[in-house]
Amino acid sequence: MKHLLSINDLSRDEAILILDTAAELARISDGPMKKLPTLRGRTIVNLFAEDSTRTRISFEAAAKRLSADVINFSAKGSSLSKGESLKDTAQTLQAMGADAVVIRHPASGAPFRLADNQWMSGAVINAGDGTHEHPSQALLDAYTMRKHLGKGAKDLAGLRVAIVGDILHSRVARSNVLLLTKLGAHVTLVAPPTLLPFGVDSWPVTVSYDLDLVIPQVDAIMMLRIQQERMHEIFFPSAREYSRYFGLNRDRVNALNPNAIIMHPGPMNRGLEITADAADSARSVIVEQVSNGVSVRMAILYLLLGGAPIEGGIN
Amino acid sequence: MSYLLKNATMPNGSKADLAIHDSHFVPESSLPKDHQVIDLAGKQVLPGLVDLHTHLREPGFEESETVATGSLSAVRGGFTAISAMANTAPVADTAGVVEQVYRLGQAAGLCDVFPIGAVTQGLNGQTLSEIGAMADSAARVRVFSDDGKCVFDPLIMRRALEYVKKFDGVIAQHAQEPTLTQDAQMNEGEISAQLGLKGWPAVAEEAIIARDVLLAEHTKSRLHICHLTTAGGVEIIRWAKARGIQVTAEVTPHHLLLTDDYAKNYDPIFKVNPPLRLESDVLALRAGLADGTIDIVATDHAPHSSESKDCEWSVASFGMVGLETALSIVIKTMVETGAMTYADVADRLSIAPARIARYENHGQPLEIGNVANLTVVDTASNWIVDRDLMSTRSKNTPFHGFELPGVVTHTFFNGKLVFGE
Repeated sequence: MKHLLSINDLSRDEAILILDTAAELARISDGPMKKLPTLRGRTIVNLFAEDSTRTRISFEAAAKRLSADVINFSAKGSSLSKGESLKDTAQTLQAMGADAVVIRHPASGAPFRLADNQWMSGAVINAGDGTHEHPSQALLDAYTMRKHLGKGAKDLAGLRVAIVGDILHSRVARSNVLLLTKLGAHVTLVAPPTLLPFGVDSWPVTVSYDLDLVIPQVDAIMMLRIQQERMHEIFFPSAREYSRYFGLNRDRVNALNPNAIIMHPGPMNRGLEITADAADSARSVIVEQVSNGVSVRMAILYLLLGGAPIEGGIN
Repeated sequence: MSYLLKNATMPNGSKADLAIHDSHFVPESSLPKDHQVIDLAGKQVLPGLVDLHTHLREPGFEESETVATGSLSAVRGGFTAISAMANTAPVADTAGVVEQVYRLGQAAGLCDVFPIGAVTQGLNGQTLSEIGAMADSAARVRVFSDDGKCVFDPLIMRRALEYVKKFDGVIAQHAQEPTLTQDAQMNEGEISAQLGLKGWPAVAEEAIIARDVLLAEHTKSRLHICHLTTAGGVEIIRWAKARGIQVTAEVTPHHLLLTDDYAKNYDPIFKVNPPLRLESDVLALRAGLADGTIDIVATDHAPHSSESKDCEWSVASFGMVGLETALSIVIKTMVETGAMTYADVADRLSIAPARIARYENHGQPLEIGNVANLTVVDTASNWIVDRDLMSTRSKNTPFHGFELPGVVTHTFFNGKLVFGE
């Protein structure tokens, strides 16, 4: 495993290794010494060509806890039309000796372009590319589900997960479908037909247009953000109508299984896809997803950069 | 210079010797003594190929191609006539620009360069350009197209179809419904959904084709559909022809061979407008070309500088170069599969395009008295495409590294040997 571009890059066992490594790193981080020396002297660049405070901070915290040197490169709108090309940026990072580049980019496939060409030799980690994938988010989601619902199992076999909202434009949904099904979960996508991708019937999932039918049948429900710009693209008549049919509100929370958890990759549109009382309810693990994100990203960096063995832990 | 081409295999499969003197095919007896003899034993001859869809980029984008470099690329690919699309800067929407392009072609002197005139001013889709002036100019334009953009407004399309009847012109439509394809990146299908690239549905192409064949029927005018890519489009053309509508259609070599599978690594060398479609579409296009529903193969040769392809998919330019690989792709996809003979190749790549565009002296039988526009191809040999060895100024071929059948060995234009020795 040289890069992490897509969940397709991971076998089931590799995915489980990342989750296990994250668990081990989380255990160590809970101890008195938060910081590990494993990536000392290594340089990790956060190349963020799109706004994303939370993912960037999460990767930065992960790298720093492993003692790597972190360079934040915010190149918003980095494209041919807006100045320096991705190729030139990559070659610059290569010249600076980056061991890994964590890339967030508005163009689907941009991390593939970095990794496939001779532009640079370091590891490439996809931190979200356009409407394609967001593998580290899916891994932290799977980690969170396994922790709460896994009953000690290594994978997610038999778990029932609903992903609700703008599937069409969601990189989180794409990565989660690939990963959760790889780990044995049963995934149901819930959305208005306008926000489902062409050919979704060939995906290894169930599709439903009716959230109320799905709610009582799941162990985890993941609400996706509805981006403001979709409002103007006539995917649904109004925000109010969307909320009525596809928002998670108090009544729907009450219809969930007693042990079901509520997830959201953030940032939330409170009042649109999720109400405040649903987001803040006892079933919500949304805040915990953030802290799990650091552990999972530590595991990704650790495994990709081949850090030194962790004392008393993984080797 | 005079030539005696011996033992040539003619398009119909027969063997013949061809004598060329003073730009025409002549009886062997009237050749001067100092003629050159070229033995073409085992080689196929075709009437000089005619491309109805070429982007030569001059004026305005000379870093990608010029009329001269495009002409050289053409004759290496066996073409003796090419048609310069109007999306230059300035746009070829006046007699002045089309005459400039025409004269640049004459100056290069390797093949005929026939300018295509823009249907609307500046390709804006709103106001008809000076179509009559371009038709009457030295370039004698007969084909009009806003290629790259669709003549979307049905009233403008109707008027254009009507107007060109005055001089037996034809409107070549780039069929792409713009609102269904905003920011579209590739064929809308399972692969675009998986890659997270915005889809370009087949219906966006087919809806315009359906509308325009009906307009052509109503106006009793001539319509040509550029670069057909979908099975549904082939069906509509087949239906329209059965109704007697004056519609012709073209397919590009790349749409006869490549599918949207090639987008999977996000390499924009495979990004093209219209997009690569499904295997079922490719097979329907081949069947349509074989049975004559699709009249011609046209290259849509679209040179682009390397930086516009060496980038993220979504910011990359659409288009592929194609002049030097077109004949080989047709041999690979149509002749080697048994779907077409070389007589059919001569028709789809020379006779039919010359007839559609009314190009005199092209697509004519290789007979005494006719102008000697001729292509020789060694059909028994293969070659490996190398983008660094091509004559076009740009390197954006999707076929780099492909082994293809059929090597063009000679091209004669107006009786002159313009490529080969």
